[in-house]
Amino acid sequence: MRAGFVSAGARARALARGGGIVWPAATVLASLLGLCLVWSLAAGLWPSRAFPPPLEVWRVLLKEAGSGDLGFHLAMTLSRVAAAYVVAMSIGSVIGVLLGTHRRADSFFNPWLVLFLNLPALVVIVLAYIWFGLTEAAAVGAVAINKIPNVVVTMREGARALDPRFAEMATVYRLGPIDYLRHILMPQLQPYFAAASRSGIALIWKIVLVVELLGRSSGVGFQIYLYFQIFDVAAILAYTLAFVAIMLLIELLLVQPLERYTTRWRRGSA
Amino acid sequence: MNDTQPAGAAAPLKVDITEKTFRSATGVKIVALRGLSFEVGQGEFACLLGPSGCGKTTTLRILLGLDRQFSGSYQLPEGGSNRVAAVFQEPVLLPWRTVEQNVRLALPRNFRDKDLDGLFEILGLSAMRSLYPSELSLGLARRAALARAFATEPAILLLDEPFASLDERTAESLRRLLIRVWAARPTTVLMVTHNLREALLLADRIIVLAPRPAQVLGVFDVGLSRDLRDKTALDRLVLDFHERFPESA
Repeated sequence: MRAGFVSAGARARALARGGGIVWPAATVLASLLGLCLVWSLAAGLWPSRAFPPPLEVWRVLLKEAGSGDLGFHLAMTLSRVAAAYVVAMSIGSVIGVLLGTHRRADSFFNPWLVLFLNLPALVVIVLAYIWFGLTEAAAVGAVAINKIPNVVVTMREGARALDPRFAEMATVYRLGPIDYLRHILMPQLQPYFAAASRSGIALIWKIVLVVELLGRSSGVGFQIYLYFQIFDVAAILAYTLAFVAIMLLIELLLVQPLERYTTRWRRGSA
Repeated sequence: MNDTQPAGAAAPLKVDITEKTFRSATGVKIVALRGLSFEVGQGEFACLLGPSGCGKTTTLRILLGLDRQFSGSYQLPEGGSNRVAAVFQEPVLLPWRTVEQNVRLALPRNFRDKDLDGLFEILGLSAMRSLYPSELSLGLARRAALARAFATEPAILLLDEPFASLDERTAESLRRLLIRVWAARPTTVLMVTHNLREALLLADRIIVLAPRPAQVLGVFDVGLSRDLRDKTALDRLVLDFHERFPESA
C-alpha cells in the first residue's frame, strides 16, 4: 500500500517532466472501468427507466453518433464554450491587470467587481436574452459576463505580484511594448492565467448548457432539455458523458502539454 | 560587426544632483542626497565609494532614469549606441528565458541576431548559452548579467555592487573578468561599491562619498596601471587612501 503511494508519486513526477505516460493512463482507465462496474451492478439491482445501465447509455450514444446529432450538438456547445472562453479570458485579463497595477482604479471599481461576482448566472442570462434577443451573441456574451469577474480577480492578484525589478530591467534596456508584453509581463502572469483558465473552462461549459436550455435550439443543453421532457435518462447521460469526455481530452491533450511547455524553465519538478 | 568599437564622442558623464529626498511611511522627510556633483571622463572606469546606505544606489537609480523625483540635473555620455546598460545587485535575469535569450533581449530589435560568440567566450559562458538562469550558480548568473550589459555596447555602464553576496574567490575572478571584457569593449563605467580594495583594483578614479546625505568628500586617482595592482601594490594603495581620507576608515 505504502509502496504504491510512493511509486504513484514518482509516476506523477515522471509525468510532470513529460516522461512516462503509460502508467498514469492505465490507472485512469482502470479507475473509470471500476466506476462503470459499480454503476452497472447498481443498475442491475434496481432496474428502472430512470437509471439505465452503462451499456444502455452506450447504445444510445452510438445511435446518436450514427445519426450525426451527437456530433452536431457537441460541436455547437464546444464552439460556444470556446467563444465565451476567449472573450472572458481576454477581457478579464486586461481588466484584471489594469486594476492590479492601478490602485485608485482598483478601489473605485472593486464594488462593481463584487456586484458582478455575486450576480447569479441565471439573472445575467435572462437579462441578456431580454435585452439583446435570443441571439448567439447574447448567449456567448452572457456566459462571458458570468466568467469575467473570476478572471479579473485572479489576474489582478497576478498583476499585484509582478516583480518591479524586471520592469526596471526593461526600462534600462529600452524594451519595446511588444517585447515587454511577451517576455516580461506574460511569463509572470502565466500561472495566474493557467489557474483562471482551468477553473474557467469547467465553469463556462456548465453555464453554456443553461444558456442553451433557455434560448438556443442546438447544443448539448438543448438536447438535454429535449430528453428531459420525455424522461429519457439514457440520452441525457449519453450527451453529458460525451461532452465530459471531450473536456477531459482537451485537458489531457491540450492544456497539460501546453502548461508543461510554458513552465519548462522551472528546474526539475515543482 | 565591429565589436571593439569604442563608444562615441568625448562627452563625459556629468552629475549635479541638488537634492533627493524620500518620504518615510510616517511622513518624515529623509534627505538621501544633497549637493552631489561629479564628473566621469569618457572611457573612464570610476567607482562611487561610500558606506552602506549613503545613497549610492539612489544615485545610480536616478542616472538609470528609474527615479525621476529629484532636483538637479545630469548628463549621460553620448555616442556609440547611445544606450545605458546596468548590472544590478542581483542579476535580474528572466528565469523563463535562456541565458542567450536574456542577453539578446537587451539588444535593439535590428541587432538581435548579431554575433555574440566572442563575448560569451570571454565571459566563459559559451557552454551555458542555452541554460535557464535557475540552472546557473550565482557567479555564472552575474556573468550573464555582465554579458547582457556589454552586448549592448553602451555609452555608459552602471554597476551596482555587482559582486555582492559572492564568495571572495568567485568575486575576485569576476573582477578580473570584468576588467578583461571592459578592455575588449571599452566604455565609460560607473560602479558603486562599499569595498575599498575592490574599488582600488578596478577603478581609474574613486569618488569618495560621505555618509547620508551623500556628497562628494573627494576624488582619489589610483594612477597605477591595472597590470601592476597586485596584492602588495593594493596594500600600499589602501594606506595612501586612508592617509587622504582618514574619516572614511
